[in-house]
Amino acid sequence: MLTHDRIERNVAWLIVLITVFVSIGGLLEIVPLFFQTSTTKPVNELVKPYDALRLAGRDIYLREGCYNCHSQMIRPFRAETERYGHYSVAGEYVYDHPFQWGSKRTGPDIARVGGRYSDQWHRIHLLNPRDVVPESNMPAYYWLDRPLKDPIIGKKMAALRMVGVPYSDQEIADAPKAIEGKTELEAVIAYLQGMGLALKQTR
Amino acid sequence: MNLNITNDFINGFWSMYVIVITLVSVVGCGVFLFMQERANFTAGQTTGHIWDETLAEYNNPLPNWWRWLFYITVVFGLVYFVLFPGLGSFGGKLGWTMRGQYDQEMDAAKAKYDPLFNEFLKKDIMTVAADPKAKEIGQRLFLTYCAQCHGSDAKGGKGFPNLTDNDWLWGGTPERIQETIMKGRDAVMTPKGVKPDMDGQQIKDVVAYVRSLSGLDSKSGGSVEHGKELFPQACAACHGPEAKGNPEAGYPNLTDKVWLYGSQEADQIETVTKGRVNRMPAWGDFLGEAKVHLLAAYVWGLGGGVKPAEPAPVAAPVAAQ
Repeated sequence: MLTHDRIERNVAWLIVLITVFVSIGGLLEIVPLFFQTSTTKPVNELVKPYDALRLAGRDIYLREGCYNCHSQMIRPFRAETERYGHYSVAGEYVYDHPFQWGSKRTGPDIARVGGRYSDQWHRIHLLNPRDVVPESNMPAYYWLDRPLKDPIIGKKMAALRMVGVPYSDQEIADAPKAIEGKTELEAVIAYLQGMGLALKQTR
Repeated sequence: MNLNITNDFINGFWSMYVIVITLVSVVGCGVFLFMQERANFTAGQTTGHIWDETLAEYNNPLPNWWRWLFYITVVFGLVYFVLFPGLGSFGGKLGWTMRGQYDQEMDAAKAKYDPLFNEFLKKDIMTVAADPKAKEIGQRLFLTYCAQCHGSDAKGGKGFPNLTDNDWLWGGTPERIQETIMKGRDAVMTPKGVKPDMDGQQIKDVVAYVRSLSGLDSKSGGSVEHGKELFPQACAACHGPEAKGNPEAGYPNLTDKVWLYGSQEADQIETVTKGRVNRMPAWGDFLGEAKVHLLAAYVWGLGGGVKPAEPAPVAAPVAAQ
């Protein structure tokens, strides 16, 4: 009989059984996600791969740690959808590698911030949030108004293509030109203004 | 687009895969526990290991309370999988979905709040503006959706219009305010107006002239005289020959003391040199007609609302901000 006494005295059994039991959660909760339509296909034609400028903006978003305070995931509760818009669905994130759902909201969720404010508002708000929202406790990112330098933007896009983002050769070749002469601030704003547009008009 | 997805595995295999592993692992836990129970344990017997000279390890049977709790957990799990989604594409006997629960919550709110909103929607905006209850609702809506730009006191800031005065870029009648909120507004001031060959001195001249229209002096060395000559070529196409603007198209009045981008001469030189691009986002799709109606009433009632029959107060005296 397979008693714990016997398992614990046999290293081979111990290794096999531990591996099996530890894997069950992942095999059930992770693996099937790669074989579902809603998690692998864009929810509609408005979900597009990030263009070069928005991708550079996303990298600045990561660099500055924006995800520490802002989530990008609207949960299906009225309290959230009244404020932010339609709840988030998996098919909106298919080109996010990795996704930026975040896990903490010191600031508001920004999954659908695209188009909600003017570019000018974002410009002022990023450089010093207090200039538009006096109560804000967001840090000022005053250094962002400087030239955007991202010499490997094309390689980043090529890498993303390897994990399934459909960039064309032309887009990758044109990437350095697309971000030429832009500031970091413009890149971040381009990223923010494109966020969550796919279901923006859906109630 | 179908968001009502209950079964979207790419083929039937994955549903079976989930069902089999789930059931085998849940039932397997129960069976494994049962097997341990069948092994012959005698209370008080040790495993025979001894550490640190005297430390031995007992090999007692599992306590009953723990063992039964485990069995109950297994049964709970199986019952759960019958009632709720979890076993592959089997949706559960209760028919519960996350979306269904959300819709239920929304429907309940609709039943509760729609009659309230619709009552106001039937009334004229100016009537609604006079209703204290509507004002309270309007203020909360304003603080949630509008205050980020226009400020919690609605007095705006540099680049964001003050809504409490009676200077309106796009008109201050109830209809115009409602349209502005519903559809949003896009405004562009082209660099150097419609005279792209203006040089630095000419810009200073035009600014000096425009400042003189609202009684401000110029310290940048611009000539009011020259500016007056340039104004019809460079600016009048939008702001009008008398510089009074046109709220139909969002062209600001330059003769009052309201300066969206600041009353400092440097701000105005920047405006003329670089132009301005500004946008009021459209809220109609997001908020719906009823909430926009209440917001329009709230904004109209902030003090600067214009009655529809009257012409826009183009030269109304406005307190300096």
